[in-house]
Amino acid sequence: MPGIMKKRYLITFASVVLLFLLLCLLFDAGLLGRRSDYFNGLLTVGMFYIIVVCSLNLLTGYMGEFSLGQAGFMAIGAYSSAIVTTLISDAVSLPAIVLYLIAVIVGALVSAVIGLLVGIPALRLSGDYLCIVTVAVAEIVRVILSNVGIPAITGSATFGKSFAGIAHVSDYHYVYITTVICVAVMYCYIRSRYGRALIAIREDRIAAAASGINVTRTKVLTFTISAAFAGIAGAVYAHYITTLVPTYFNFSKSSEFLAIVILGGSGSMTGSVVAALILSALPQLISYVVPAFVSYRMLIYAVILVVVMIFRPGGLFGRREFSMAGTLEKLTSRRKQQAA
Amino acid sequence: MYGLNLGSVYALTALGYTMVYGIIRMINFAHGDFIMVGGFTLFYTIPVMNSLGLPPWFAVFAAIIVCVFVGVLTEQIAYKPVRGQSSTTALITALGMSLVLENGALVLFGSSPRNVPPMFSLPTITLFGASVSGQTLLTLGIGIIVMLVLSLFIKYTKLGKAMRAVPEDKTASTLVGINVNKIITITFAIGSGLAAVASMMYTTSYVSIKNELGITLGLKAFVAAVFGGIGSVTGAMAGGLLLGIIENLVKVYMLPGAYEAVTYMILIIVLLVRPTGLFGKAVSEKV
Repeated sequence: MPGIMKKRYLITFASVVLLFLLLCLLFDAGLLGRRSDYFNGLLTVGMFYIIVVCSLNLLTGYMGEFSLGQAGFMAIGAYSSAIVTTLISDAVSLPAIVLYLIAVIVGALVSAVIGLLVGIPALRLSGDYLCIVTVAVAEIVRVILSNVGIPAITGSATFGKSFAGIAHVSDYHYVYITTVICVAVMYCYIRSRYGRALIAIREDRIAAAASGINVTRTKVLTFTISAAFAGIAGAVYAHYITTLVPTYFNFSKSSEFLAIVILGGSGSMTGSVVAALILSALPQLISYVVPAFVSYRMLIYAVILVVVMIFRPGGLFGRREFSMAGTLEKLTSRRKQQAA
Repeated sequence: MYGLNLGSVYALTALGYTMVYGIIRMINFAHGDFIMVGGFTLFYTIPVMNSLGLPPWFAVFAAIIVCVFVGVLTEQIAYKPVRGQSSTTALITALGMSLVLENGALVLFGSSPRNVPPMFSLPTITLFGASVSGQTLLTLGIGIIVMLVLSLFIKYTKLGKAMRAVPEDKTASTLVGINVNKIITITFAIGSGLAAVASMMYTTSYVSIKNELGITLGLKAFVAAVFGGIGSVTGAMAGGLLLGIIENLVKVYMLPGAYEAVTYMILIIVLLVRPTGLFGKAVSEKV
């Protein structure tokens, strides 16, 4: 068994590296020509969608609770990391990778702390009520960000309602590696002792508590982790887009994330990754060809969402899981299973 | 006083939430969007009423018909098939329907706000030394009448009794001859009709409507419903009025920009301290 596991890990790792090299070939070697920047951008957007959608899936799929406030935690990560990097880059000039790392770490930490503070009281609730509390938290974050102007500390960035002039350090190489690490960590978390406890709670809270699982602690831990990853996604977003507007992180954004989780299949990381990539890039690609598509995008999402709920409530992937990081890995592990 | 006006709009919307939640335990996210639908119906039918020589507020009837139609359609197409499923599925479906309506309106009417022509021209009345606009009195009056009628209806009519029986025990209700599906559809029809009335009150005080008005209004009305105790008609009314007044006070005296944050803070505090709201019944968890 350990031999097979080792082989599987190797295959997964190799395919992750291969995908990375392929992307490098496509973008750095300029195989896509002048459109390379465009696709590069699509991919980067797809990556932070993957992170935030997977983080939401931790709650929805594995904890069995809803959060319609993931955009709020993303906003916290985005703003906090942007403030810190702007301050730092004004004081000293650091290489992009260091700045990027700082951004990601700050985003994760601040978001995690807020997630913990929200989670401790809020997770006494469950179901619809918890869902509404997350909406409320995200709305509070958005309202505060829209109204409380952060005084201009430095000259290079304008603080306040919209936040411009953030260092553009979310290079897709870094983002790719970050995404892989994030998804891997979340996947490992699900497979860990805590993850199994979490699934036990989802299936039957009372039985789980009776068999010695600390329900509250496990839930709060998961909520915090989820918030941290949403914060990372926010940090990546902020340093890619370089201008933050609080209204971006509104209720619609949160519901879009939730829709993606559900469409991919709540309880399936593979589903989240695939759905996040497809649903973040596909509309852009289609509107590249048919410009009128933009206005129909959310309508089509919504209709698909309702139809999926009626006919296939588990989402596209249900709870099935193949391998760590996407379609390619999924295919290799499948072939491997057939060969074995 | 302006707070009362806003509060009555919240209250009527909250009534719609409460009715649906009370009967099928589902947050009908689309309820706010029904109000948006009502608003657009008013926008298009008021000129028609004017040209027909009828008083403009006759448009409300058109709005009620359209809203009830949309509400029942939503229930039949989307909610009915998922009724046996988990509450998760129902919640997502409701969210999906809300997005469908919102973005459908975006495609149909565009994203620019429209101004609904005035329906009433009411004088400002001086009452106990304070001047109150006729609009506010009318809104409040309609709210109170609707609430009274609704409470009496639920309490005394056969249909109302059936509506109370269904959430208690679905199977037992079926056994005593209640057509559960029909009751749920009727509840939706009433809820959507309330949304139409709420849309009239909203447009008389705010004039401008947009495809996105349903979301914020819906969220706040839900806060109001929770505040008052979800499932309770009186609670929804009281919660809505209180919320409107509080929001307005905060807006005027404390933080003009961040009053929404206060609304949501209230929600969080209420849910944590007293999850059943002001008038709610406590339901203990069954193993």
